[in-house]
Amino acid sequence: MVLSLFLCVLARDLRLALRHGTDTLAALLFFLLCGSLFPLALGPSPDLLHRMAPGIIWVCALLATLLPLDRMFGAELEDGSLDHLLLVGLPPALVALAKILAHWLTTGLPLLIMAAPLSLMLGGKGSDIAPLLAGLALGTPLLSLIGGMAAGLVLGARRGGVLLPLLVLPLATPVLIFGAAASDATVPGTGHGIELDWLGAFLALALPSCPLAAGSGLRAATA
Amino acid sequence: MIHPSPSAAAGRPSTGALLHRFANPGRFLRLSRWLFPLLSIAAIVCLAAGLGLGLFFSPADWQQGDAVRIMYVHVPMAILASSGYAALALCGLLSLVWKHPLADLAAMEIGPVGAVVTALCLATGSLWGKPMWGAWWVWDARLTSVLVLFFLYLGHIALIRAFDDPQRGFRAASILAIAGVIDLPIIKFSVAWWNTLHQPDSITLTHAPSMAMSMLVPLAISFAGFALGFAALVTGRLEAAILEHRAQQILTRRAGARA
Repeated sequence: MVLSLFLCVLARDLRLALRHGTDTLAALLFFLLCGSLFPLALGPSPDLLHRMAPGIIWVCALLATLLPLDRMFGAELEDGSLDHLLLVGLPPALVALAKILAHWLTTGLPLLIMAAPLSLMLGGKGSDIAPLLAGLALGTPLLSLIGGMAAGLVLGARRGGVLLPLLVLPLATPVLIFGAAASDATVPGTGHGIELDWLGAFLALALPSCPLAAGSGLRAATA
Repeated sequence: MIHPSPSAAAGRPSTGALLHRFANPGRFLRLSRWLFPLLSIAAIVCLAAGLGLGLFFSPADWQQGDAVRIMYVHVPMAILASSGYAALALCGLLSLVWKHPLADLAAMEIGPVGAVVTALCLATGSLWGKPMWGAWWVWDARLTSVLVLFFLYLGHIALIRAFDDPQRGFRAASILAIAGVIDLPIIKFSVAWWNTLHQPDSITLTHAPSMAMSMLVPLAISFAGFALGFAALVTGRLEAAILEHRAQQILTRRAGARA
């Protein structure tokens, strides 16, 4: 019962994302554009780009996940369908989790797929791609969860859009630090184990707690 | 407690009763009427003694020379920056779990004071770093985590004031404060976990301090001064906030009576 409702909310969100295809692709386009600006500013030296590629990709991924957060719950609060979503019988935390999962499927997953070509464009070698993708695979859901929590909390606030980066970026710094370190194949002997473990630990912490916080925000916004 | 409260007599846990003794704004105002001047005077006395001793009478460091005197401001600021955030998170917990009305107002007033303390910690650290490390700023684990703490304070300040309904702001800010607590252990242990430029702790609870008494005593006194000053500022701001709230209520009532 709960599962089928959860899947319904998720399917609805995915269908909406599909119908508004350009909005959904905007984050991905931003990611690619942002990534291709760095070689223009830093110069096309392959050595420099190769060294900076994991950091550049991670920063671009972080900024790209921020883009759709404003509309994550905002659009539905405005047209009133958020009230209906909360009335279908799911706890608010699960509604939030469904929307966070939809955000990851429409933003995080495409980023993950496009990260490999971007890495190659920035002078990455074939062996760099596996650690980069492993880090992003754990990191992008984490960014969606943190972003979803912040988006739920600022729902209905004045200047919510400006407030959102201020809340997300400090909380996302550990993800960025460990993710970029896990993806950095240029430092020999560091291994990729510990950073990935940390990311996994953060994900395990965020998975139950962020939807709860976001759900409390949803309930407060519609009350 | 001398008089058992009714809830304790009924066999229910009395944590809430003890907590709510100070939830009454009127009781807090009666308390702060003498507490605020007392804290302020104690802070000024301690600061004069501690900073006077530290800046003029304590010995210069054999390695760092007179630059070590920045420590008497920097270290108290650093401790207060993290403790202030811990207090913010505690207020958040009290507000979420027990709906403590003063905890919300306290969180609102601790935020700006804590942000200023954190900014001063970063500024004095930068001034200390230039002669010692040769750089105003390095991307060291402890420096970075304190910078993140500063941004967390700013986010809290902005969020708690961002809603038309103050209760929503209190609730959202409480959750944010609790989520941000993850930064505190990172700050605390950054110098132990990573090999960083920032020196490890000189004062710990378990070992004898690796610092001469002639420096430790002024440091302790100036820390007490800054901590009392922090408490005095928060008490004063809280008192002002309650009075402002009351004044607004009276004005609203008057406007309602006239209309």
